[in-house]
Amino acid sequence: MPLVEFVDFSFKYLGSDNLALRKIDLRIDEGEYIVITGPSGCGKTTLCRAINGLVPQFHRGYIAGHVYVDGHDTRESRVAELARVAGLMFQNPANQLVTLNVAKEIAFGPENLGVEPDKIRARVEELIETLHLEHLREKHPHEMSGGQQQMVAMAATLALEPKILVADEPTSNLDPKSAESLLAILSDLNRDGMTLVLVEHRLDLVSRNATRLVLMDKGSIVADGPPRKVLSLPICEEIGIGIPKATQVYKHLKRNGCVLSRVPLTGEELAISVEEACNK
Amino acid sequence: MIIIDDVHFAYDGIYPALRGVSLQIDSGERVAIVGANGAGKTTLVKHMNGLLRPQQGRVFVNGRDASKLSVAELARTVGLVWQNPDHQLFLDTVEKEITFGLRNLGYGPEDTRARCERTMSILGLTDLANRSPFSLSGGERKRVALASVLATEPQVLALDEPTIGQDAKQKENLSNLLMELNANGCAVICVTHDIEFVIEHFPRTIAMSEGLIIADGQTNSVLTNDRVIEICSLSTPELTQASQALNQRFPEVSPRLTLVKELEDAIIKIFGGV
Repeated sequence: MPLVEFVDFSFKYLGSDNLALRKIDLRIDEGEYIVITGPSGCGKTTLCRAINGLVPQFHRGYIAGHVYVDGHDTRESRVAELARVAGLMFQNPANQLVTLNVAKEIAFGPENLGVEPDKIRARVEELIETLHLEHLREKHPHEMSGGQQQMVAMAATLALEPKILVADEPTSNLDPKSAESLLAILSDLNRDGMTLVLVEHRLDLVSRNATRLVLMDKGSIVADGPPRKVLSLPICEEIGIGIPKATQVYKHLKRNGCVLSRVPLTGEELAISVEEACNK
Repeated sequence: MIIIDDVHFAYDGIYPALRGVSLQIDSGERVAIVGANGAGKTTLVKHMNGLLRPQQGRVFVNGRDASKLSVAELARTVGLVWQNPDHQLFLDTVEKEITFGLRNLGYGPEDTRARCERTMSILGLTDLANRSPFSLSGGERKRVALASVLATEPQVLALDEPTIGQDAKQKENLSNLLMELNANGCAVICVTHDIEFVIEHFPRTIAMSEGLIIADGQTNSVLTNDRVIEICSLSTPELTQASQALNQRFPEVSPRLTLVKELEDAIIKIFGGV
């Protein structure tokens, strides 16, 4: 059984004239690492909300088709139940922080799910360590910088130990070093078995570890496959997503008749491909 | 155009944000300011239009001592677009938001309307003229904030993190607009973490750390400097990583390339082409 399955799913927000999602068919299996990308307003955030049931349970509107999460139809399940399976980290972290300090913020979710206090304490300490939040321990979430809030929101979402983590632009407020470090942590969690769905514009940072890249435009999925394959398609330039620079160089070379054996995602991979071509 | 001479500034008098900063920006320049969170970048640009006044040192704008000019006078010369548009926007329609600054600078009703319409059309906001800025998407609000400053046609435009929340296409539109303004003589100053954006559009980069300028020079030299990257919490530009990896295998390739075209030419050369 797939962990998440969209079956011919369409959705239109109440009061809007356009479909936010059009006839989505998407299957997500356990252990996958999926990156969703596409231009602003293409439906990425709505797709995330549909995975944890906020669409259609909280955001109402016109629906066709179904989304099944761990076998539950999201039309018939409560968001609280779905939250045990799918943790959603919002785009704007300030919208999800509710308590007075970091430890309370992380404990809030598991407390509401009735997890034993000892277990909660252990989980809080573990997350503070893993996400390097020690220095923020006594700070009020609303006194933190956007980047710090984003890290705390991530910890609070992970505290629920979801089978699948859905994160909507988790690095948008982080400086480049912190963004790399957060993505490395998520990649490790995926290696340990957590299914990961990320909305991300910085494809150079995520494409190497992701198993699939899903490209959206105007509410539809327009490409879905291994990152190297999707990034080599001309549609990336047509709809205007920022592909990794090493891949851009590869595409330019190809246009000039110089074809490397593999699509590179990083500078290191590009250099290796060039070296291989020379040795042949 | 702008001279900052040994400026010191501490918030509440005790939290130092600038600890002796000097720089000069000439008319028609495009300058990026980079640095880790809390390096003093935003504090620095706020000194350029008088929102903050130096506690020590001096600021000159167009040859005049800024301490003798009001914020309104400085705003005619230096337009500042804030990082978070919500801190800048406060009126109930896009049009009012854009005309507010113009009326305050003393433009007549006809001139105000013409400038407002022209700016809305350039930024694709005409259809949103009567909408409330707060009903717009994050990216659209950022464009309204930019429009309200652009309409006043400042000689210097300073932008704080303009690319956050903008996708590849919107970023391209923004850079086209900045290039056009610059071609017409407007100096553009941009505070940002987005080093790829800097490399493509800003010939000069100023790197800051802990209230000091640690590097100021040509972008392709500053941003390929490992120490600058480290101290400023930046990551090495993608193409510089590629050129470093190539340089290890093919020493004839420079380790400090920054543009797609440069890499492409270097690789074609390796393959024996010209």
